[in-house]
Amino acid sequence: MSGDILSKFAGALASGAVRVVDLTHTLSPDFPVIVMPPELGQSAPFRMERISRYDGGGPAWYWNNLSFGEHTGTHFDAPIHWYTGRDLPLNSVDTLPPADMIAPACVIDCSRQASEDADFLLTVSDVMKWEEQYGRIPARSWALLRTDWSKKSGTAYANLTADGAHTPGPDAEVMRWLVAERDIIGFGTETIGTDAGQAGHFSPPYPAHHYLHGAGRYGLQCLTNLDQLPPTGAMIVAAPLKIQNGSGSPLRVLALVQERSTG
Amino acid sequence: MTGPFLKPKRKNPLARTTQPLLPPQARSRKAHGLTLAAATGRFVLQCCGECGRYTYPAREACPNCLSSDLTFRDAPTGGSLLSETQIEVTSDPYFREHMPWRTGLVQLDCGPIVIVHLHGGCGGPGSQLKLSLQLDRAGQAVFFAKPVLEVPHMEDDPQWREMTADPRHRRVLITDGRSPLALPMAQALKKAGAARIFVGVADRWKPLDQQALLAAIEGVEFVDLDLTSERSVQELAMDIGAKVEILVNTADHVRPAHLFDAGAANAAREAMDHTVMGLMRLAQAFGPVMRSRGADGAAGAVAWVNVLSVHGLSNVPQFGVHSAAHAACLSLSQWLRTELRPGGIRVINAFTGPLDTEWFQTVPPPKVAPKAVADAVLDGLKRGLEDIYVGDVAKDIEARLFDNPKAVEREAGQ
Amino acid sequence: MALSRARQSYDGVVLAVPVTVPYQRFSIETAHWWMGKALRALAEGAGISHRDFDGFSVASFTMGPDVAVGLTQHFGLSPRHIDHVPMGGAAGIVSLRRAARAVQAGDADIVACVAADTNRVDSFRHLLAGFSRFSQDAVYPYGAGGANGSFALIARAYMDRYGAKREDFGKLCVAQRDNALKNPNALMKKPLTLEQYMSARPIAEPFHLFDCVMPCAGAEAFLVMREETAVSLGLPFVRLLSAIERHNAFAEDPVQVRGGWVVDRDELYGMAGSAPDDMDFVQTYDDYAVISMMQFEDLGFCAKGEGPDFVRHHTFTIDGSFPHNTSGGQLSVGQAGAAGGHLGLTEAMRQLLGTADGRQVEDAKLGLVSGFGMINYDRGLASAAAILARAS
Repeated sequence: MSGDILSKFAGALASGAVRVVDLTHTLSPDFPVIVMPPELGQSAPFRMERISRYDGGGPAWYWNNLSFGEHTGTHFDAPIHWYTGRDLPLNSVDTLPPADMIAPACVIDCSRQASEDADFLLTVSDVMKWEEQYGRIPARSWALLRTDWSKKSGTAYANLTADGAHTPGPDAEVMRWLVAERDIIGFGTETIGTDAGQAGHFSPPYPAHHYLHGAGRYGLQCLTNLDQLPPTGAMIVAAPLKIQNGSGSPLRVLALVQERSTG
Repeated sequence: MTGPFLKPKRKNPLARTTQPLLPPQARSRKAHGLTLAAATGRFVLQCCGECGRYTYPAREACPNCLSSDLTFRDAPTGGSLLSETQIEVTSDPYFREHMPWRTGLVQLDCGPIVIVHLHGGCGGPGSQLKLSLQLDRAGQAVFFAKPVLEVPHMEDDPQWREMTADPRHRRVLITDGRSPLALPMAQALKKAGAARIFVGVADRWKPLDQQALLAAIEGVEFVDLDLTSERSVQELAMDIGAKVEILVNTADHVRPAHLFDAGAANAAREAMDHTVMGLMRLAQAFGPVMRSRGADGAAGAVAWVNVLSVHGLSNVPQFGVHSAAHAACLSLSQWLRTELRPGGIRVINAFTGPLDTEWFQTVPPPKVAPKAVADAVLDGLKRGLEDIYVGDVAKDIEARLFDNPKAVEREAGQ
Repeated sequence: MALSRARQSYDGVVLAVPVTVPYQRFSIETAHWWMGKALRALAEGAGISHRDFDGFSVASFTMGPDVAVGLTQHFGLSPRHIDHVPMGGAAGIVSLRRAARAVQAGDADIVACVAADTNRVDSFRHLLAGFSRFSQDAVYPYGAGGANGSFALIARAYMDRYGAKREDFGKLCVAQRDNALKNPNALMKKPLTLEQYMSARPIAEPFHLFDCVMPCAGAEAFLVMREETAVSLGLPFVRLLSAIERHNAFAEDPVQVRGGWVVDRDELYGMAGSAPDDMDFVQTYDDYAVISMMQFEDLGFCAKGEGPDFVRHHTFTIDGSFPHNTSGGQLSVGQAGAAGGHLGLTEAMRQLLGTADGRQVEDAKLGLVSGFGMINYDRGLASAAAILARAS
């Protein structure tokens, strides 16, 4: 039977009935990285050094050495990333159950609110309104917050002022609720973190991290092209690098979308 | 003149946290006579037992009659300003960050000439002033002169704020929300302008008597905190450690047990776990981050308050275990005081007599109302004290201990 | 109690070989290096070996942990009169007084009086922090303003009481800078105007930048001997006519408005057989101009409280109506620690020897030098003064 499903899936891919959307930013040295207070440890940015390019270092081949922090570019947060998930089983990227790497997505479009207010916060009532239209979020789905923030770059993307970053995200209650009441597998954003820019002042601080990882759920951030996804029905493939005891990693995030015309 | 101390802006997370520095700390041993007084809010000077004259700076012989009978005695606090300056340049790293700094030369009504820290509201030379002995950020005694009459925003003078631990615009953690002290403490802190009051509660599933009243105070936020669990204490510190500028440890555990009772050791172990080990767990989790934030803006971390039983100073048999536990807490608090000193964090011990609560039901009056403890702690924070004796019983024991500790011991339980 | 008897005169006591080791703002050397330079210059100036100095008097804040006797081994001296005079700005005259009596009595023939201090980048802060016990307990913790903070309190009280203005202090500072421009050893090389003085940045009100001396490294030294010794060595010399010192005078004054000179000034002029008006120049101890003004009053050039008016009615340059601090003083030459108290003496010697070159006061025959020092708590404790005269 599985052969049938996968061969149908292969056919749908070939025919274009299932479209593959790349939700990933290009990993490049100038993509903003989260900045911590200077007395704390900092994430290394993405850097690439050439080993050879058909030259004396390697006459017929081109390759590079890479260095980067686990949380650079479009990246995945594993439960071990936050203290609340520190003692859970299978909490690092290498022990992550492979089945969790493929899951359906609900895309909650808040792009209008985010364009009006950089500090926009997603609330339970926003999600309930969304559910009135598209139905209850199925268990073990990704909740993806669409803000169109990915269309910004550089200074506007990081949006740092004297009191920290101003970027949209979830409030504390909605994160508790999405995990406890909707059993989401994870939460994804277009911004530099799963939490809002000012979330350090929330209670608890950084509620997306606090609740997601405390319950063994995942985070995806720096996503792009969420505007190409339907509110429901997309299937997300998010497989982080298998880094021993890793807390996260840059990754390629793909969404499989069934074209409406092919029903 | 002093302007109002406005709520500080949110900190720039990209800016380095200013590291705490301390004012000059070196003092002669004799000068610590002033430290003793400043710790309890008294005003003393050396006074000659033979000729009766007050003298300053602290010394070993009376310059008037060369008597060595110089004792620190209460002195009148009035004086007049002879001269003043505003220091703009210094080679001292602490003061360099607090320039300009106003100092003055004062003739005390009782004679000596004293160099003082001068409150911004004081008039120029010729003004009458009221002096106090304060502990500066290094914990050393210094003279501070204020105007005799109240001026607007008197407590907001930036030099005065360095001598105190005013809760205004600061965030406070009350460690045990189940303590009868929690509600009056939260109310008093709110009244004093605390920005946020975290109230720790263990076993949130159990009913909390004063939950509604506490929740009604704006800025109060309940947090999970079980002082008997290292994990609980550590986890809370991970979330809010960098947001606590004043920690008020209200933890207590009163259970009567006779020394010869079979179960006394268990009672003692339990009490020690709640109080002594609880304090140690708090110190380990919150001490380092508070110490690092002693100069984190104008409302940075500033004080750690322990509410202790005055019987920790001398054991009473009715509450032998309790006395022993608080003696250990006192010792631990002295250790903590030394460890927090580099951050300029003052450790305040409020010694109280028996509280007017269920566990001291059998104790005859006078007993201490929880609100009296809260008011005394607030007074201590705003005046920058280090040792506070709350209520008549504690004050009586303080006086008797200074006089003759052995008599206090012999009379205990009688 | 028996009244003190009349003091013996200083007849026959002379000073020779004024030495200044050129100052540096900061030095990586120790005080010993500067002392060594000074001793060598004394020996070369006298044309004898330093081993011939049978008296040695030293002043320094930075020679620790050594004491004077330890220094004899350091420098290969073998004196029979030895002195350490840790009295800051009064040390020069106090050293001179003791050396004078030693040579008069025959306890020594040639006393080398040396003051030297180094100034490392951070050493001044340490010097301030540990200056005295009273300072440590009761001054430094109050804003750590150092001498500037302490003297600001004195200056403010003086201004309030006697109507001195910043312009009056400025006039003295500007005149001294003018003098300093003629002194190649002065660290300050640029002219100073009253406008610059007035608009300089505040340090500790009422003091601004040009009210304050600049700490530096350097050494000053001279020899004290009997006249016949100087003659036999063929050394030009100046005479010591009189000298006074007084410590912790007027302890009952709430703020310092006068120094110990007032107590002894009649004796100062009496022994010298002269009056204030006879002085051809005056070298005051100028850690601050207000202290110079106080010295004008306390040494009898005007009455108490008339210092500001005195300053307004005189000019203080080398060619002025009241030649004052002709070297430029510490304010413009630099304050080389304890050597600051010797600076006025070496300068007075040069004026009286006629070797002051471009800053020579014409026909200088008689000069007054005063010293002041040791702000132990709220006031300077030590005051001293001397009158020197040309050999003939």
